[in-house]
Amino acid sequence: MSPWIFLTAFVVGGLICVVGQLILDLTSLTPGHVMVILVIAGAVLDGFGLYDPLIKFAGAGATVPITSFGNALVHGALLEASTHGLVGIITGIFEVTSAGISAAIIFAFLAAVVAKPRG
Amino acid sequence: MTTASKNEQKAYQQTIKKYRPAKPMGKNMIRAFLVGGLICEIGQIVQWFFVKFAHFSIQDAGNPTVAVMIFLAACLTALGVYDKFAGWAGAGSAVPVTGFSNTMTSAAMEHRAEGWVAGVGGNMFKLAGPVIVYGVVSAFFVSLIRYLWIHLV
Repeated sequence: MSPWIFLTAFVVGGLICVVGQLILDLTSLTPGHVMVILVIAGAVLDGFGLYDPLIKFAGAGATVPITSFGNALVHGALLEASTHGLVGIITGIFEVTSAGISAAIIFAFLAAVVAKPRG
Repeated sequence: MTTASKNEQKAYQQTIKKYRPAKPMGKNMIRAFLVGGLICEIGQIVQWFFVKFAHFSIQDAGNPTVAVMIFLAACLTALGVYDKFAGWAGAGSAVPVTGFSNTMTSAAMEHRAEGWVAGVGGNMFKLAGPVIVYGVVSAFFVSLIRYLWIHLV
C-alpha cells in the first residue's frame, strides 16, 4: 500500500461527497434521493468496469462512499454468475455486501436496545 | 376545495424565490469535501490496520473496513453525536456508508417506543430501504446486461 493512498482517499472521497452536495443544492431532491442516485451510479460505473480502477487509485476514498454499495452488488452478482451461470446474478447479488448490510442491521438493533430514544 | 392552477403555482414559486435566502453553495461544498474526505481517511486508516496487523489482502480488507465504519457510525448515532454534526456536514456525512448506518440506527432508536417488532423492526429500513431497493434493481440489470454481453456477443 503506497502512502499516496492516504491522500487520494481523502480527495476522491471528498469529491464524491461534493457531487452529492451539488445535487442537494442545485435540485430540490432529498438526501435519500442523492444516496439512491449515487448507488445506481456505482452499479453503472462497475458495469463499464470503471469502479475497480477507482478503488485501486483511491482505496477507502472509493469503498467508503455509498457508490461502492452499487459496485459491490454488481461484483457479487457477476462473481456468482461466472461460476453458476445466469441464476448466479440473483443468488450472488448480496455476496459481497453482506458485511455492510448485516453490520448495519445488527448495530442499529443494538443501538436501539442500549440507547435511550431521544427527541 | 380549490387548488391553484399550474400557472399560479409557478408564479408563486417565482415570487417567493426573491425572498428565499440563497444557498451558500461554496461553503456547503467545502464542508462536504472536508467531512467526506475525513470519513474516507478514517476508513483508509482502518483498512491499513486490517492489512498491516490482521494480514488481510487489500481487496479483502474492504469489507471488514466497511463493517467497522458502520459500527463507529452506529455508536456515534447512539450517543447523539452523528446527527449533531450531520446538519453541518450536509452530504459529507450522508454520502459515506456511515450515513447509511446513521439512517438505520436513528430510525431504530426513534421508533423504539412503538414496540420491538412494529417499531424497531418495521422502521429500521424506512430511510435506508430505497438505497437497497434501487441498488439491487440497478445491479441486477447492470449485471444481466454485462453477463449477456460477455456470453452472447
